[in-house]
Formats: sequence, C-alpha cells, structure tokens
Amino acid sequence: MEKLVSLTASACPLNVANLNTDQLLPARFLKWPRSAGIGKVLLHDLRFDAEQRERPDFPLNRPAWRDAKIVVGGRNFGCGSSREAAVYALYDYGVRCVIAPSFGDIFSGNAIQNGLLTAIVSDDDAAALMAALEAKPDQPVTVDLEQQIILCGNTTYPFTVDPVRRMRLLNGWDDIDITDSYRDRIAAFKADDRTRRPWATPRATS
Amino acid sequence: MIAPQTLFDKLWASHEIARREDGEALLWVDRHYVHEGSFHAFSQVKARGRPVAEPGLTFGVADHYVPTRGSRRAIANPEIARMVRQVEENTAANHVTLFGLDDPRQGIVHVVGPEQGLTLPGLLIGCGDSHTSTHGALGAYAFGIGASEVAHVLMTQTIWQRKPTRMRVTVDGKVAPGITAKDIVLAIIAQIGADGATGCAIEFAGAAIRGLSMEGRLTLCNMSIEAGARCGMVAPDATTFAYLRGRPYAPAGADFDRAVKQWSALVTDGGAAFDREVTLDAAAIAPIVTWGTSPEDALPIDASVPDPAREPDEARADYLRGALAYMGIAPGQKLTDVAVDRVFIGSCTNSRIEDLRAAAAVLAGRVSKVPGLVSAGSSLVKRQAEEEGLDHIFRNAGLEWGESGCSMCVGINGDLVAPGERCASTTNRNFRGRQGPGARTHLMSPAMVAAAAVTGHLADVRVLMAGRKI
Repeated sequence: MEKLVSLTASACPLNVANLNTDQLLPARFLKWPRSAGIGKVLLHDLRFDAEQRERPDFPLNRPAWRDAKIVVGGRNFGCGSSREAAVYALYDYGVRCVIAPSFGDIFSGNAIQNGLLTAIVSDDDAAALMAALEAKPDQPVTVDLEQQIILCGNTTYPFTVDPVRRMRLLNGWDDIDITDSYRDRIAAFKADDRTRRPWATPRATS
Repeated sequence: MIAPQTLFDKLWASHEIARREDGEALLWVDRHYVHEGSFHAFSQVKARGRPVAEPGLTFGVADHYVPTRGSRRAIANPEIARMVRQVEENTAANHVTLFGLDDPRQGIVHVVGPEQGLTLPGLLIGCGDSHTSTHGALGAYAFGIGASEVAHVLMTQTIWQRKPTRMRVTVDGKVAPGITAKDIVLAIIAQIGADGATGCAIEFAGAAIRGLSMEGRLTLCNMSIEAGARCGMVAPDATTFAYLRGRPYAPAGADFDRAVKQWSALVTDGGAAFDREVTLDAAAIAPIVTWGTSPEDALPIDASVPDPAREPDEARADYLRGALAYMGIAPGQKLTDVAVDRVFIGSCTNSRIEDLRAAAAVLAGRVSKVPGLVSAGSSLVKRQAEEEGLDHIFRNAGLEWGESGCSMCVGINGDLVAPGERCASTTNRNFRGRQGPGARTHLMSPAMVAAAAVTGHLADVRVLMAGRKI
C-alpha cells in the first residue's frame, strides 16, 4: 500500500448525502477486473448521461475539478454495498482523500486497505469547505495527515481519523504483514477453541 | 464478580485472539462465505502464493450472477458466464465446498447459510457482501467485509476489528395483523436514519422481536446495514433452536443439546449497559413503503410524500427535490396514488418460504395488473414453495416464477428494471439505478408488493386482506 503523509491538490465538492457505493461504481461494472480501468467509470451514471455524454453540470466534469485528488462529500459517504471496487474506482481515478461528516462503515474499512484516506469533519466544516470551493474552485486544498488538519485558503479545519488507520497510512502498512506476526497466538486460540466451542465446527456431511 | 455483559460483548470476547494497545483486536472467523464477487480476493491470495487457511470453514455459493430464467447453464453473456465459472474454479482450486449452479442447495448466500445450519448462534461470520448482517438473526456476530478483508480471512481465518459501540433497539408490544418484520425495520430506519447506527452493533429486543419467526428475524437483521450498522442481532431462543434442529451442518443428537446449553447463555445480562437505546411501539407501526432514493425515505402507506416547498431547511429541500424528480413523484402526492409498472419478490431480504406464502396469500385468486418476477431465495425454498402449490398462485396471477439468485435486487445477472420504470420490490435498497440505470424502486414487504401487483399502484395490504387469513 502506498503511504500518505500530506497531500496538496484540487478538491471537488460532491454535496450529496448518502452517496452510496452503487453511485460510486454501478453494479454492471463489478465484473470488470481492476486492470480494465475502473477509474474511467467512477460515478458513471452521475458523470455521464444515457448516451455516454458528460453531464457538464456534474462537479467532477467541471474544468477546475476534473483532476481532483480530494473529494469533499456529504454525510454517510460510501454507504451501501461492500464492493471494494468503489474504492478502486476512486483511487484509480486519482482520488487519495475523501473528506465528509461521516462514512459508511465498510467503505472506510475498504479505503484504508487501499491507501485512501477518509477524513471526518463536522457538518459545519464540510459545508464551509464546499462553500469555499464553490466560491473559488481552483484553489488547492492541503490535507496533512500528521497534523490531522485541512488547509483551504487561510482557514484550517481539523479532522478525525481512526488512529490505527492513520498509522497504517503514514507508514504504508498492509495488515496481512502485521497479522503474520500473530501466527502462534492464532494457532493457540484455535486449539483451545476446539474444546471450548466444539459445536462451532461444521458437522461433517456426506 | 464479572460485570453484566451484553450479547454482543459475549460474542466479541469469545473471538478475541489478541488486542493491541491501539484498540484493534484480532478476531477468529468461524464461517467465511464467498461468492462470484470474491474474485478480487482470490486474485490477491494467488498473487501472494498463499493457500486458503481453513477451507473447511469456508463455503462458496453462486448467487449474484446466476440466471433466474431459462436454462441455468446456457448463460448468453460471456462476462456473466465467466463470473460463475470463476467462483467454481476458485473454490475447487482451494478445496472449498461450493453450492454451485448444479447443486440443489444453491441459493442466495444469506438464505443458504442459515438454511444449511452453517450459520449458528455464537459464531463470527464474514462475507464480502454488506447484507451479511442477516446471519445475526441467529445470535451470531456477522458483518460484511471488502475484498482485501476477504483475502485476509482466506489467508489467516482472522480479521482485525475495532469494537463497535452497542445499540439496543427495543420494539415493545405487539404488531397489528398484516405488519411484518420489513415494516418494523423500515420504521426503525425511518426513525434513526440511514446512518443512524453507523459504527454500532445493534441488538434487537422487545416482545415484538421475540414474536418474530426466524424468517422475520433474518429480514430484520438483513436491513441493519441500511441503518449503517456493522451488524444486527437477536439473542437465540426457543425459536432459533427449533429452526436449527436437524439442519445438515448444525450439530446433531447429544451434540445439539450440549450446544443449546451454551447458546442459551448468549443473552444480554440484566443491568448490562448499551451505548445507545432506541425504543419503538410495535402497535403504532403501519405497512411502510419507501418513496425516495434512500431506505430512510420511508413512510406509512396512508401518508403523502414530502413537499420541498414546506421544508424550512434548504439542504433538505434540495434533497427532497432531487429524490422526487428521480422518482417521478409530485411533491405532496399520496403514496396510494403512485402507479407501479412492475413488481419483484425476492432477494436476501424477503425470499424465504414465509415471504412467498405472505405474497401468495394476497395474490391467490387474483391477477396482477403489472408484470413481475418471483425469485425464491434458494433452490430448496423454490422446491418447498412448489410442493405447497405457491408457484401456481404466482403463475395464475400472471407473474413469472424464476430460479433462485440475487436477481433483480442488484440486476447484475441481467434481471433489470428498465429506465424510468417503477418497481414495487421486496429488496433492500432503493438507491438510484440500483435495479438498473434509471430504475425507480419502492421497498416494502412481500404482502405489500402483492397488493401493489393486484391494484397496479402502491396499496394498503390490510384492505386487500380484509376477510382473508393473514
């Protein structure tokens, strides 16, 4: 996983509550392997109309925000389906950080596995950030993971992130590497559990 | 003395292998269900050159992409055929049992797990599907995970988790006749919001929950994720044990009785603390339908949709305008005036035998005014429904009687609602485009979908059931 310490980039406001993973990546693209270029179809049905033409009003299609690496979203961003490909789509499009008042639980878990920061800000700060970006679309935004602050213009906004996820992102750690160091304890748990909960093993069927 | 514990505290403690100072714990996974969508994870495992750690605790199903119409094997779309083939190859290569297309036990993973007795009280269950919360109905800690976590579980049979906060949703009293688990859970989501339980483990409690059948509890816990919860659960009781006895993979004979003894301790102790409590009065719950593009946009059937002009909060008014425009509904329109184009009965939410019986009870001797598809939750449910003659009721009503799979809930097998079409659906998500690009979805119970079918519009099933046995 690629580490993330600090990021300064164009930031796109997506002022929609409950922007679910079905919007981030419509289900018909789920059979694509990641190598097929999933970033191209990020937010497909919001970015494009039925004739595959770009919707000019959609924020990510506006010139200032086409190359956004930061997205500012509404509450419950990424709710719904557990599809990790929704995170692949954001990441492969170029997004490295989503700022929102709250996130779908599974989405934020998937994000960290892929080096995408989910930064939680207050409702008021999310609204203020979006307003600032609407007023001056091409101003860059800085997200500093070490300091846990967002800088937009002359204003600083604090954000929260799970401390474990912060450490993993700062260092670019994959959790499988960490888990492997627990191998002995896993084996001991398993042996003990077989006697503690014998019913937990599926009955052999013929 | 041990402090009183909640059911969730007990489930968590019994799976903790290690806890780090930073608060994350490594948990043992008792059951891992995989499906066609797990191909990203199998690729990751293969890339690392690792075996599946516990193939005996891993079970595969073909559900998301399988056809529900015509020949099951003759899949016209080569990409869809590849998805089904991949899960066959990935499970076979890793010695994992698969309930595949040709298996009589095939079905939707969240129907098959409980049906086969794989899902048991006290287990920790992971699956790369958000509706894994369903299995909590039996008193398990069950939650959806992403592809990287699926790969992690495949390689280690463990998962890292931060302990969720504990929420109890108590539904006191008794529901009125015709009110189902779907109405209860939509009422809960309408009250607390689509993110009302984010980061929480919900325990459902109270007389109305105790009174639910296993099928009803599965519907209830299935929709926990639509309130943002990590998981939902109901403490195991006599209903649970009666459901499990004799199921293929459940313990048998004296082992079963010993297990029941341990499972019976899986209850919240008196005086145990929850981080949050929510209470509903069962008697006040009417049949509920959704009108918008989030499951929280739910109202009793006798209500009218909101009018943005009367909404003082500008952001909320904006949301209402957008949702109503997408749904093609006028501000303030009465829900019973909304005409439907099609119906769907199926999905991991409402496709079990009780759901099919409830829909058939409304449809018997009647004809649907719109086309529709009925897809049983598993091939075994389908067979049972046919033994009970329910398939004749659906067919005589003019509905299509399909095979089992995720089908029109998510549409990736090709069962789609056309752009602009309005579907009364027993599924779980009314998101924009969920049932197909431009599709308009209204969520409701199976009986309410049947009522919409025979009237051609959203309708109160209680009127249609007057004089009939519910």
